[in-house]
Amino acid sequence: MSTTTNCVPLPLASIPQLGYDDYAQAVAGALADGGTLLAVLADPSSTTGRHKLYAVVGGRNRMLSAFGTRVDNRFPSLTPILPQFHLFERELAEQLGVIPEGHPWLKPVRFHRLWHGETDVWGRDPRNHPLVGEMEYFAVTGDEIHEVGVGPVHAGVIEPGHFRFQCFGEQVLHLEISLGYQHRGIEPGLIEAPSMKTMARIETMAGDTTIGHGLAHCRLFEGLAGSEVSARAAAVRSVALELERLANHVGDIGALAGDVGFLPTASFCGRLRGDYLNMTARICGSRFGRGLTRPGGVLFDIDQEMADELLASLDQMTEHTRGAIDLFFNAPSVLGRLERTGRVRREDAVALGLTGVAGRACGLDCDVRRLYPLRSDKKQAVPEILGAQGDVFARALVRRREIEASLAQIKASLVALPSGKTMAPVGRPAADSLIVSLVEGWRGRIAHLGLTGRDGGLRRYKVVDPSFFNWSGLAMALRNEQISDFPLCNKSFNLSYCGFDL
Amino acid sequence: MLSILRERLRQGYRTSRFPKEEPRLPQRFRGMPRLAPERCPAGCKACVSACPHGAMVRDDHGLRLDLGRCLFCADCAVCPHGAVEFTNDYRLAATSREDLLLAQEGPRLARALEKRMLALFGRSLKLRQVSAAGCNACEADLNVLGTLVFDLGRFGIQFVASPRHADGIIVTGPVSENMREALLATYEAVPAPKLVIAAGACAIGGGPFRDGTEVHDGVTDLLPVDLFIPGCPPHPYTSLDGLLRLLNRR
Repeated sequence: MSTTTNCVPLPLASIPQLGYDDYAQAVAGALADGGTLLAVLADPSSTTGRHKLYAVVGGRNRMLSAFGTRVDNRFPSLTPILPQFHLFERELAEQLGVIPEGHPWLKPVRFHRLWHGETDVWGRDPRNHPLVGEMEYFAVTGDEIHEVGVGPVHAGVIEPGHFRFQCFGEQVLHLEISLGYQHRGIEPGLIEAPSMKTMARIETMAGDTTIGHGLAHCRLFEGLAGSEVSARAAAVRSVALELERLANHVGDIGALAGDVGFLPTASFCGRLRGDYLNMTARICGSRFGRGLTRPGGVLFDIDQEMADELLASLDQMTEHTRGAIDLFFNAPSVLGRLERTGRVRREDAVALGLTGVAGRACGLDCDVRRLYPLRSDKKQAVPEILGAQGDVFARALVRRREIEASLAQIKASLVALPSGKTMAPVGRPAADSLIVSLVEGWRGRIAHLGLTGRDGGLRRYKVVDPSFFNWSGLAMALRNEQISDFPLCNKSFNLSYCGFDL
Repeated sequence: MLSILRERLRQGYRTSRFPKEEPRLPQRFRGMPRLAPERCPAGCKACVSACPHGAMVRDDHGLRLDLGRCLFCADCAVCPHGAVEFTNDYRLAATSREDLLLAQEGPRLARALEKRMLALFGRSLKLRQVSAAGCNACEADLNVLGTLVFDLGRFGIQFVASPRHADGIIVTGPVSENMREALLATYEAVPAPKLVIAAGACAIGGGPFRDGTEVHDGVTDLLPVDLFIPGCPPHPYTSLDGLLRLLNRR
């Protein structure tokens, strides 16, 4: 094991290559010690069938630990003892054609062609593009069991995905979520030097998280070069990141209100969400923050006049936001629908590695801003915001409290904008290194990982959107719920399809 | 109940007076580009290779900008001579793919539907939205048209859940291979005559994912498109303006 911190490159040579059993034991130990599995990635340069694998675990005291090993075309699956591995191992199987033996749920993740090798794990013809959704679904059998299939095209203006419910009357025994419809093949296209083209792909990786993913990408390159952005650029970035959180959290509470038929909050929050997006547009011209972050800093400054304008708008919007949300939380009819609906047990949240709002609603302290701040971060007063019950109510409450925290943080940043330039040059990237860039986006932990080669060029770029972990949380939340509560549960997670499918 | 009424008073009336009044967009908003080919040095084609999205064309017809390919990048650096710059004008939608090729004469904005289609859809247009690998920005800024700010329903336009209830589809995203079949099936399920609207750079031409191995460069080559709405994503007023032009309301 070898350790580093957020956005500090780790020389690959310093990561010991363990035998597979030792690797498994070391990772298991780190997870048992309260660690979280952030990512598992393969080094693609190994064409000999001995793939290098790296697992990265986030631990205490800001520490990120990397574990290395090599695997053949078959290796024992760790999923039965460490469920956080389940999607990472499926991903490896789909990309490299390797078989994690004993994996209890070995199905494709995104339905794309093999990246390396020629043998398809599921026996599909590697010359053709796999058919999306073609896999064995979990089925409950019995006289009174019925199956409900939904999607890929859903009833609203939302992204596509496929859901299968195994039902006994109204009761959902199991929900299986099969995605991949949004797959655009982003990761392989990122193995280039940063450019306008790659930046555009990063900003649309999950378009509602343009700032979150944009920041993770920029910091990855800044970290690789050991460059720091100016305090002013960091402040503008922080304002934009929190505005993104505000817009989405406020929108989500409005959407929850809509799903339980509480229309005042639904209407007010719909408008307020747009006004937060418009504040981002005031800074950079785009409601989603397109074009704001770039390696080295930001493309747009917030001058004193704009800061004053934004602060004045924020004061009024704070009042309106509180008013709209208070109505929602003060209505007994609303609380009756939220409480004890869509519960995820804390043990399950830990086992599946739930992150962000969904993780904190189960009581897991998993905020990157608290756990893995950058070296350059000033001591930020991001409060510990935790729920307890892991139900829809807890997820709504965590959002409500995060809205308050974000408002406070933006105001603090705007009243004391540090002076300085908004853009600084980024140096040459470190060679033969692994870097982990973590950002707490509005949905949760965004991880971008890079493996560089001898010249500092990227050999592998890996993205883990918070939705990668959290879709499993939604499936667990539906266990034994009524199928009619699916929209409410789904909205309380509000996960990204394209962030998962990449 | 009283607290709801009190809050309603405080929140105020928020529906915009569009289209009677023009919306005020942020100063830094990047809308319709303006071309000044008189600034082009003789024989200069720097912009054609400088735009990573292939939006610039310079041939016998002179300098043109493909609004269907343009992502309105903040760091657009196609022209060091100032022959290309963005204005604040949100009106971008066009009727045909050719009309998206912006020349010096200025934009050719969307035209109204022909008489028969206008008689059918002019006062009531129901659309089924299909996201085909859209990043959820186009989707979100179409969805926002349903909020009280834009109040799409007052124009007789509505997003519906079933293609059987729809008069057309509005497509977002570059059309991933994995969504191609579902998109075509949804189109088939809409009763004829029907419309297709491509919203956003991805749906028009693939956007930043153009020429990718997993996408189809948008819907333009797959279905007959009646309205193109440029942008990454299009501003809600850009979409609304396009829809109203299609229905002869502007």
